[in-house]
Amino acid sequence: MPFEYAPAPESPSIVDIQSSYGLFVNGEFTDPIDGERFKTINPASEDVLAEVVAAGPADVDAAVAAARRAYENVWRDLTGRDRAKYLYRLARLIQERARELAVLESIDNGKPIRESRDVDLPLVAAHFFYYAGWADKLRYAGFGETPLGVAAQVIPWNFPLLMLAWKIAPALAAGNTVVLKPAETTPLTALLFAQLCQQAELPPGVVNIVTGAGETGRLLVEHPGVDKVAFTGSTEVGRAIARSVAGTRKRLTLELGGKAANIVFDDAPIDQAVEGIVNGIFFNQGHVCCAGSRLLVQESVAEEVLDSLKRRMARLRVGDPLDKNTDIGAINSAAQLSRIRSLSEIGSQEGAQRWSPPCELPERGFWFAPTIFTGVSQAHRIAREEIFGPVLSVLTFRTPAEAVEKANNTPYGLSAGVWTEKGSRILAIADRLRAGVVWANTFNRFDPTSPFGGYKESGYGREGGRHGLEGYLA
Amino acid sequence: MTNAAGGLSVVELASVTGSAAGFRAFLHGLPGVDQVGAEQRAAMLATRSIKTTAKAWGIDLAIRMVDLTTLEGADTPGKVRALCAKGRRPDPADPDCPSVAAICVYPAMVPTAAESLKGSGIHLASVATAFPSGQAPLPVKLADTRAAVAAGADEIDMVLNRGDFLSGRYLAAFDEIVAVKEAGGDAHLKVILETGELATYDNVRRAAWLAMLAGADFIKTSTGKVSPAATLPVTLVMLEAVRDFRASTGRTVGVKPAGGIRTTKDALRYLVLVNETVGDDWLRPDRFRFGASTLLNDLLLQRSKLATGRYSGPDYVTLD
Repeated sequence: MPFEYAPAPESPSIVDIQSSYGLFVNGEFTDPIDGERFKTINPASEDVLAEVVAAGPADVDAAVAAARRAYENVWRDLTGRDRAKYLYRLARLIQERARELAVLESIDNGKPIRESRDVDLPLVAAHFFYYAGWADKLRYAGFGETPLGVAAQVIPWNFPLLMLAWKIAPALAAGNTVVLKPAETTPLTALLFAQLCQQAELPPGVVNIVTGAGETGRLLVEHPGVDKVAFTGSTEVGRAIARSVAGTRKRLTLELGGKAANIVFDDAPIDQAVEGIVNGIFFNQGHVCCAGSRLLVQESVAEEVLDSLKRRMARLRVGDPLDKNTDIGAINSAAQLSRIRSLSEIGSQEGAQRWSPPCELPERGFWFAPTIFTGVSQAHRIAREEIFGPVLSVLTFRTPAEAVEKANNTPYGLSAGVWTEKGSRILAIADRLRAGVVWANTFNRFDPTSPFGGYKESGYGREGGRHGLEGYLA
Repeated sequence: MTNAAGGLSVVELASVTGSAAGFRAFLHGLPGVDQVGAEQRAAMLATRSIKTTAKAWGIDLAIRMVDLTTLEGADTPGKVRALCAKGRRPDPADPDCPSVAAICVYPAMVPTAAESLKGSGIHLASVATAFPSGQAPLPVKLADTRAAVAAGADEIDMVLNRGDFLSGRYLAAFDEIVAVKEAGGDAHLKVILETGELATYDNVRRAAWLAMLAGADFIKTSTGKVSPAATLPVTLVMLEAVRDFRASTGRTVGVKPAGGIRTTKDALRYLVLVNETVGDDWLRPDRFRFGASTLLNDLLLQRSKLATGRYSGPDYVTLD
């Protein structure tokens, strides 16, 4: 008799979602000057959650001006120790209100509550704690002690609050002030974070949040009043930003796409490798720039690994993001869903074999079953382009040299994984992989002390660790 | 020879125990276990939230899987009789409450237990082979086993010879299990790996395969006399082993975590582990057991809480 888990939903009542939000400028929520309102929806139900502002040119001007004033009048002259106090305070508030933030993140983004509760929120708090510790020790980081000024930060929808933490914590620790634009489909946790800034009595203007879509982002990064641009998102937009920033005084860091290889050798711990493959591509519905979207498995164990992987995938629980037992939640938006669908169609057309476990998808909302493609070659588009969804391409290799060659044969270079019980092989392969992060016998593990960033078209600059301060100091 | 999960023919399996070197090569050729990964997987499954109907179903199943155990020097016939009565009707106030799977005692207590369990359908398990250390000559272990079976035990919980295993004398440990299996006749054989003394998950996987190849019907984590006893990751590794063993040989072996499982929450976590590692096929008392003594009382307390909406208290379940 099958063991059916009864629904175990986390209650949404803990979080109070307002019907309408303004912009967070100079420490206050303000009505837009020239921005228009648009709706943000719950991707799991398509219900409207709230109205937010698409900030216009005058709104962006006001936010940048507020950040400038806060920088010149307060923040840059505070001692590191005093800046640290605010960051520690924010970190503690994030911990105190973690459940509320996690629920809101799952509602707005579609990711399972298990992940927002056990991964996103602990990392968000850890990031603030970590950079709070650096604030009075900048001279030991080795990148100078002078802040840059006003940082324009544009973040994606896949880890809304975590990306906010990656951007804001080091910027503030180093003495900069920020104007941050969350993604248009996931603005709500950033706006709740703004309330936390008020609760922490952060000086007005140190953190400003302007919501909106690509146009607002463009206004922000092209604004002459910003000294630093930090962007996480697609390579296409990253290129446009690099072009617009070229020739200005602005410093730029970019964290862009990826098409990571997850390399499984025949002496790998198979059961854990299968877990790592699943975690590599199905974590956060595959909306992860460093997702292990290309599985390179040694031919001699390919069949065994694939059998285990399929058996494991049949156990994945797809559905209500707020159910505590859900493994895979909703795709973040209709646009993303159609991109995943069309690339998957192309995979089939190009001759790869598509497989998904039997799974019932809810009728409303945006859903995509976990999918693998076998018989994929390097020439297939699904092996080259970032799908940013729960779709894995499986390729095989025979020798370590072939594995490295295939892993590196991509315009991207954000992350990679190596699975083998042989320590010397881990070191030898990691040395030859052109990827910013190489995981050994694990995947998609993050820590604020560890720098993260890409090679090649995956961007430049590092976030996290001591290296993460470099982009905010002169 | 491919590795374990790759599938082995019966002939190949018979040949792996043909020589000490060959057997060693086979056991060391099993895929390794990454400690961090295995523990992470077990910890993730422990976050599953089992509520309402699923909880009620799980509690009843867990009761039916309990090997209600007393293994103390101070055990008396009276205590064993009381335990047997409790095993038959765990909740005297509720005739719908299922019986436990088995009563587990020392060989000296088997005659008393056999008498008390007559006609109940509850299995009678006896530890044997110089439990818990196994430090006795083989003839003594075999005599121990025969005596327990002769007195009425239909399940034998033997201990793996850790001395042989840890010093690499795999074939000697294997031969001992084969001999005990033979001495036990039709009795179901559970082989206790004593994972707390094996120290690594690689060892646990090898010991599991060794025991299964030697004819174990069940593999069991612990005696309960060594700390740590059963843990979720150890049980995960053993479940993976029985799953792979069945894929290779077609024979299904059961798993019994024992020691340290005290609460309903613990028990439900193990059931989730079974469900998501090997599936429904093992979610039955002849494939999965809990070796426990105090667990039953907590299962009963939670069971009546679900039924009545109120917690009773320790005075409303019987002392062991």
